[in-house]
Amino acid sequence: MKKVHVSTTINGDPYEFLCAPDESLLDVLRDRLGLTGSKEGCGTGDCGACSVTLNGRLVCSCLVLGAEAEGAEIATIEGMADGDDLHPLQQHFIDHAALQCGICTPGILVAARALLEKNPDPTDEELRYWLAGNLCRCTGYDKIIRAVQAAAAEMRGA
Amino acid sequence: MVKVRLWGSLRHGADGQTEVEVEARTFKELLDRLAEAYPGLEPQIRRGVSLSLDGVIYREAWFTEIGPESEVVLMPYMTGG
Amino acid sequence: MSLDEYTRREFKQVGTRVRRPDGVDKVTGRAMYGADATAPGMLVGRILRSPHAHARVKGIDTSAAEALKGVKAIITGADLPAQEDEFIRDVQDNCMARDKALYDGHAVAAVAATDAATAKAALKLIKVDYEVLPHVTDVDAAIQPGAPVVQSGRTLENVPAGMSENVTSHSEFGHGDPAEGFARADMILERSYRTAATHQGYIEPHACLASYASDGKADLWCCTQGQFNVRTLCAAIMEMEASQLRVTASEIGGGFGGKTTVFIEPVALALSRKAGRPVKIVMTRDEVFRATGPTVHTSTDVKIGMTKDGRITAAEATLRYSGGAFPCGTVDMGAQAAFAAYDLDHVRTYGWNVMTNRPKEAAYRAPGAPQSIYAVEATLDELCQHFGLDPLDVRLKNAAKKGTKSSYGPTFPDIGLTATLEAAKAHPHYSAPLKDGQGRGISCGFWFNFGGNTCVSLNVNTDGTVGITEGNPDIGGSRASISLMAAEELGIPYDRIRTIVADTSSLGYNDVTDGSRVTFAVGLATIKAARDAIGKMCGRAARIWGIDPEAVEWKDGATVPAGPNAGKFPPMTLAEIAAVSAETGGPIAGHHEVNADGAGVSFGVHIVDVEVDRDTGATKVLRYTVFQDAGKAVHPSYVEGQMQGGAVQGIGWALNEEYIYGKDGRLQNPGFLDYRVPVASDLPPIDAVILEIPNPGHPYGVRGVGETGIVPPLAAITNAVCRSAGVRLHELPMSPPRVLKALAG
Repeated sequence: MKKVHVSTTINGDPYEFLCAPDESLLDVLRDRLGLTGSKEGCGTGDCGACSVTLNGRLVCSCLVLGAEAEGAEIATIEGMADGDDLHPLQQHFIDHAALQCGICTPGILVAARALLEKNPDPTDEELRYWLAGNLCRCTGYDKIIRAVQAAAAEMRGA
Repeated sequence: MVKVRLWGSLRHGADGQTEVEVEARTFKELLDRLAEAYPGLEPQIRRGVSLSLDGVIYREAWFTEIGPESEVVLMPYMTGG
Repeated sequence: MSLDEYTRREFKQVGTRVRRPDGVDKVTGRAMYGADATAPGMLVGRILRSPHAHARVKGIDTSAAEALKGVKAIITGADLPAQEDEFIRDVQDNCMARDKALYDGHAVAAVAATDAATAKAALKLIKVDYEVLPHVTDVDAAIQPGAPVVQSGRTLENVPAGMSENVTSHSEFGHGDPAEGFARADMILERSYRTAATHQGYIEPHACLASYASDGKADLWCCTQGQFNVRTLCAAIMEMEASQLRVTASEIGGGFGGKTTVFIEPVALALSRKAGRPVKIVMTRDEVFRATGPTVHTSTDVKIGMTKDGRITAAEATLRYSGGAFPCGTVDMGAQAAFAAYDLDHVRTYGWNVMTNRPKEAAYRAPGAPQSIYAVEATLDELCQHFGLDPLDVRLKNAAKKGTKSSYGPTFPDIGLTATLEAAKAHPHYSAPLKDGQGRGISCGFWFNFGGNTCVSLNVNTDGTVGITEGNPDIGGSRASISLMAAEELGIPYDRIRTIVADTSSLGYNDVTDGSRVTFAVGLATIKAARDAIGKMCGRAARIWGIDPEAVEWKDGATVPAGPNAGKFPPMTLAEIAAVSAETGGPIAGHHEVNADGAGVSFGVHIVDVEVDRDTGATKVLRYTVFQDAGKAVHPSYVEGQMQGGAVQGIGWALNEEYIYGKDGRLQNPGFLDYRVPVASDLPPIDAVILEIPNPGHPYGVRGVGETGIVPPLAAITNAVCRSAGVRLHELPMSPPRVLKALAG
């Protein structure tokens, strides 16, 4: 199959790549660009481990084609920290032990940031429903909810 | 002599008994004596057994010392998650 | 003796909530998991799987696939010579079918190609000649004489003649005379239960990268709970020497027991050997469900006799477990665990393993125990309801304690069950009022806990920092706990220590991360390795000071002269001794190798409130509290995390998760959409109450905590659902259709 040429922006940096027309954005990120922070847990949009934002919208990158990245702005876990400075969500995940194995963590962090950008002060229920598309098998979600709320409070300057 | 408690299904290999006595000072001696005295137990011993000594479970440990008053219970070899 | 390891002490660092050493890597996406590694010249491996539940493989024609450009190697069962050892051969045959495909999803061939698209296309070109055979996927059907036989000749000598060949083993545990006990009961309740097979459900699919060189040396990178076990299995299957195979464990994206064996690793090695290039295999989620994991599915009969004041007079259980298409010993652990929480004069459990055309069982958190304890705890609850007794009082009245002859034989040493039950009773949750239509359930849980083979090396660096090399993949923060214990023992700050997980060529053998063993056994070995290093540092200080080594003590991270007769010298810190190590005899290291025993059994109690929607049959979990004895919680946050995570896996098991097989013997729901694990919006906060009753078998009193948490939810939720809905269910999961059916009578 003839490959497609794509120009895009990822975490603020320009990227160009060739991909097959049926290749997922997740496979492009992981296998062509070496951005393996986004994880594949299912490949069917059920687990959220591959969550990224595409033009500000939270998506499962396994359900987006690489070709759809043309001209888009993509944000992945690799762009979340500002150099050595962790994002408050990242810091609170460590401080609240909100990860055990950590495989779901990149997706949950990306999803949580997308929520807090829209709604800086979510209720626990809003947060639990927003994160319902991100499976975590280790923690039972309790510490994840607490960590996101603590980060939200810090980001609000509370 | 050490009293060894067997689990129920081993009874068939030990002449119908669930408690047998053997002369042994260590786990290894105990397994060897048991297999000699009760050939019917040999297949299970070969597959693997754990040993509880005074309430502590040992999965291997040949040289674990067994006193004459020790409570010795044979258990199937365990695996976990 | 391992029962006198514990000495009481005031902890300075153990018990604090430090930041885990792998935290930054894991929140930034830098951590390297199974699928994240690549190698130059790497090929992509893909596996062809049987669409049939049971079929003879009469022939495989790979010629068309081999002719496809980009295909570099194809293997079938014939490429892996059958191993003599039965255990190894079962693992091998599960990785790649030999003469028969034994379940839907069983691997029959594999391809390595230059890219994924080519590998996929090649799979379609492989022609397998199947002779479809009758199949059986249900334990109660498979145990019937005349059921289709999954494998012949696998029955042990302890199975009576005349049973189906699918019955592979029988076990019996207990003491006393149940008939005598039942005669003294005011009520005897007999109930039968079924539990569905569930999957461990780790979010990271199995992944590995194998590189087999022409000189017979190989490297393997994979996500596993035990790199040494992977080496043992793969070396046997590949007929290699262990020294020639180096296995490196990647960061692991969850395991829960499901990554204690191999599925794709020998396949990748065989493909790499044949192709002469590195081969990477990553499973799809569909493959994970169809060919790895699941638990046993079970069918159980329980009979309990009780007096009207709540004393259990006798108890019996018959467990029929199916570990899929191979013999499986999990039922033995279920039969031993069933009544472990109770002090009983008359108790008997019987276990049967039955083969079915399902994937080979893999361990899942406290394997075998959740299913049998579910049946026991649900029956007990019904008895409590019958007599109008408080369910916690009844458990307290019958609780096993020090000196109790356990239902599986040994007499218990100090155990924490009564304290745990009392903590649950005193907790505000237990007395909180319930609204109409809500129900509260409780259950006890139990797990044996393991120790096992363990090596730790501890290197004192010349700048006064310490490196620890251990051999157990870190599933839930164990590197933090190990560093904390070393910091405590050495008396230096936690952040001056770095713990890493070694590959198989860098350290002696370690058992897999299983049985809740790591914080206990690796912790114990770490403390002893630290003591070994301390002994050497005291020796160096003694030579520097010109006094006897016995006259030097270790205190707060430094050597000090012991007593007034030793002479007067200012303390030498670890850093000061390390700085002159070259001048005083060379590098300083401590190590410890042990097959650890004395793990100490673990008990837990859960309380849950639920509300059943009578229109939809859906159950909402309203409040959940876990009580568990940790011996000593080294890092309380990760202990809570184990308790919370185990509870939520149990909630999923109770309410939704199940392997559903069609009449055709195919798995109907091999994906997260239809195999529904709990999501954040399904759940309330999970409160975790840690009790600390020191384990005499560990220097700091530590007890494993990983497994017990999954045991109580099955019955606790059942008991709550039944009290909310006003009807009893005897099958898991209690999915909405089953609840509606029960409500309709």
